[in-house]
Amino acid sequence: MTNPLLEVKNLRTHFHTERGRVTAVDDVSFSIAPGEIVGVVGESGCGKSVTSQSIMRLFDEKRLVEYEGDILFNNESILHMPQKRMQKIRGNDMSMIFQDPISSLNPVYTVGDQIAETIRLHQKVTKKQAHQKAVEMLRLTGIPAPEKRVNEFPHQLSGGMQQRVMIAMALSCQPSLLIADEPTTALDVTIQAQILDLIRDLNKDMGMAVMFITHDLGVVSELCSKVIVMYLGEIVEITDTESLFTNPLHPYTKGLIQSIPQLDGDRKDSLPVIEGTVPSLDQVPNACRFSTRCPFADELCKQEHPVLEHDRDEKHVRCWHYKKIG
Amino acid sequence: MFAYIIKRILSLIPVLFVVSVVIFSIIHITPGDPAAIILGQEATQEQIESLSEQLGLNEPIIEQYTNWVMGALTGDLGTSYFMRETVEEAIINHLGPTLSLAIFAEIFALIIAIPIGIIAAYRRGSWLDQSLMGISLLGMAVPSFILGLLLMLFVGVQLQWLPIGGYAPLSDGLFTHLKFLILPAISLGAIQAALVARMTRASMLEVLNSNYIKTARAKGVVERRVILKHAFRNAFLPILTVIGQSFGTLIVGAVVTETIFNIPGIGQLIINSVERRDYPVIQGVVLIVTFIYVFINLIVDLLYGVIDPRVRLDKK
Repeated sequence: MTNPLLEVKNLRTHFHTERGRVTAVDDVSFSIAPGEIVGVVGESGCGKSVTSQSIMRLFDEKRLVEYEGDILFNNESILHMPQKRMQKIRGNDMSMIFQDPISSLNPVYTVGDQIAETIRLHQKVTKKQAHQKAVEMLRLTGIPAPEKRVNEFPHQLSGGMQQRVMIAMALSCQPSLLIADEPTTALDVTIQAQILDLIRDLNKDMGMAVMFITHDLGVVSELCSKVIVMYLGEIVEITDTESLFTNPLHPYTKGLIQSIPQLDGDRKDSLPVIEGTVPSLDQVPNACRFSTRCPFADELCKQEHPVLEHDRDEKHVRCWHYKKIG
Repeated sequence: MFAYIIKRILSLIPVLFVVSVVIFSIIHITPGDPAAIILGQEATQEQIESLSEQLGLNEPIIEQYTNWVMGALTGDLGTSYFMRETVEEAIINHLGPTLSLAIFAEIFALIIAIPIGIIAAYRRGSWLDQSLMGISLLGMAVPSFILGLLLMLFVGVQLQWLPIGGYAPLSDGLFTHLKFLILPAISLGAIQAALVARMTRASMLEVLNSNYIKTARAKGVVERRVILKHAFRNAFLPILTVIGQSFGTLIVGAVVTETIFNIPGIGQLIINSVERRDYPVIQGVVLIVTFIYVFINLIVDLLYGVIDPRVRLDKK
């Protein structure tokens, strides 16, 4: 196996809130190889976004968060490096796109200015060259008439084009890792497909790795080679995409897969759901975190916290009984 | 854009009409006969009668109003009962000091308030934030005339750094002009500064929580530039609204400050005119102040478009 591009080791992200310290990401470890597309799935509030923003170190470290563990990027520890050095990595070697493109673009500057700003932050080029590069990036992301669009403001573009602008901005310095935090959730289905195609093409052409956060399993099956399933701040399963659908190990993953509507399914049957709701983060059970909702839970599950077990062939699962219920 | 400005100026007409009716009614309902005041206590009933006739005060009120409006439309606001000058001359003579004071107070307020607001927002929750906001609360709570008197006492009387009152026009030199204006501008601008500082802080906090700030950080923009370039321009819109509205109140609020510091501005003019029931001057001043207020808000609305492309009116 080649050296991983990104290695997250026992990451814990604590938030200081009014109700005390809350641990939103708890002991998360995984790695991403160069050029690999890794999906991260889970319900809202499971810690997917917090994990990604911890990797980018976007939280307010003075007041809001505290990190534990380590993150290696290109074999360099980034979790505790000074923000000054982190700023040189962000947007340059590692960049990020977000869920809601219209609110993620600054409304008072033209898209060209915003792309050119990233370029000028990390590369020694003149204003004119940066502007030229911004046009090229827009063309690369498939925006028609980029020479014209480059001088427009975000509100003059459609949602799909705004996300393309975000992608152009994120890729303008050829990062080796792109973190995409639900980039297609706010878009309608046809545009969603186009954006996914674009990300896949860019992944192939530029060889950059992608960490793709989503709660849409359909997107995962189309795009990713490896999947990380998160529940309540923890990783419950890491598997390849193929086995995610054919042989899910964790009861939570099974639940997720079963709740996908089947085209050839019996329409009279109601869709299976995972009973209950995600507990709030300050009421995390001191046992298996899924035990409150798991159909297979027994006494052991309600008392002891399972570890993330390393199964054969690169699979990890956090369940006492996965062999039994498999 | 041009059409918009024309439209806005036309929309002034109903505003000025309503204002003129209201002010005209209030003045004429208020007790006190100008003729009696002009002639003094010794005057006989006949003298008062004949002067009232001469001033046109015996005509029906509708007719008085129509005459005044017709005059105003042709640029003739009438003649003061007391001063040997037309209302236009009186206003022009007194407008200078008031505008100088208001502008200077606003500049003082903004120079202090905006950096304070930004720093407080950036260091939210810290002791610095809390003490800055505490001071600004104090600034809003202290009435300008008390602050004015305190400043006079300490800076003017005890330290003798600055004159305690009076006014020197700009033609006496900028330095002399400003020397007389510093204390009144501080006492008038303090409340303003407090208001703008709090507004800046609130607006910055909201913007700093938005997604495009996260994007800017994710691009690797340094924090200073995130605050000043990405956040402040967005946060400035609501601040601009406050500035526009408050500039109007500054001109009105100058009445008190001008009285305390003995500045011959619009404030003094209107107070004297009210005391003397100098109807044409009161009406003229109120009309002009209304006009200035609406005009400033028009400028603010146009500035919105300069700052925020989403409210720009004409597409390129």
